[in-house]
Amino acid sequence: MNILVNAEPRDITADTLADALSELGFDNPAIATALNGTFVPRQCRPTTRMNDGDRLEVLAPMQGG
Amino acid sequence: MQFYGTDITSRLLLGTASYPSPAVLIDAVHASKSQIITVSLRRETAQGAGAGFWDMLRDLDVRILPNTAGCHSVQEAVTTAHMARELFDTTWIKLELIGHSDTLQPDVFALVEAARVLTEDGFQVFPYTTDDLVVGERLMQAGCEVLMPWGAPIGSGQGLRNPEALQTMRAHFPDVPLIVDAGIGRPSDACQVMELGFEAVLLNTAVATAGNPAIMAHAMAQAIEAGRNAHQADPMEPRNMAAPSTPILGLAELG
Repeated sequence: MNILVNAEPRDITADTLADALSELGFDNPAIATALNGTFVPRQCRPTTRMNDGDRLEVLAPMQGG
Repeated sequence: MQFYGTDITSRLLLGTASYPSPAVLIDAVHASKSQIITVSLRRETAQGAGAGFWDMLRDLDVRILPNTAGCHSVQEAVTTAHMARELFDTTWIKLELIGHSDTLQPDVFALVEAARVLTEDGFQVFPYTTDDLVVGERLMQAGCEVLMPWGAPIGSGQGLRNPEALQTMRAHFPDVPLIVDAGIGRPSDACQVMELGFEAVLLNTAVATAGNPAIMAHAMAQAIEAGRNAHQADPMEPRNMAAPSTPILGLAELG
């Protein structure tokens, strides 16, 4: 299916968020996720289904003021 | 001094952005003796750009105050806050809701709404706000126990544009921890904030973009301590006319 990952189009085969992160190479545990603008807690990633056209945001700690 | 029941002794909160290198940032944090640093959340790359920064934060052994910088809507800010709470394992959130992209001034209407939503969800909100008293009251009603008015626009380094308004804010909220967030350019600006009786100063660009960030961080800490001491010492009031500091009594007639 085709989804947007941090605003970039990607084609994935995984059907859960946890598997999608793995497939996309997000191996660093220090990430937080939002799907279609809604926060998805870590423990919900294995049961969160991915759908064609989803917008996935994967965020990490960065410098800030 | 307490923020949401947590004892804090350092009155300098330091931002982590715009340093020339991670090593310089680490030196500046140490030199500032800050106990609280601000961080953000940004898009991760598949190469794990955030991992190194995350490891560095843990080594610094300071409290993390994540921000919602760049958010323009309640929905964006609330979602970012939830992501930050999970990532940093803290209920603290520096709530920024930007209302104008040129001035970076807060959208105080959305700010109050987001503060209410987040407080009801268990967050402890540090709102980046203006020096408007009514907005301050609304934020308190929304559950905020700390207020962070700006001194000048973010990153401008102009110092306190309206010290009288900040003084009024101090008088209006005598028991609320007040932190000036944004606009500090020089140590004298930070000292002025503390002389007004504020609890603390949050700054970033003034240290990060100085020629020597570590020395500037130290200077800011010194200025904040000096200003705090001065406030507690009850400074004299200025007067219009000269008044001799050396006694007149006993002056010899030598003419």
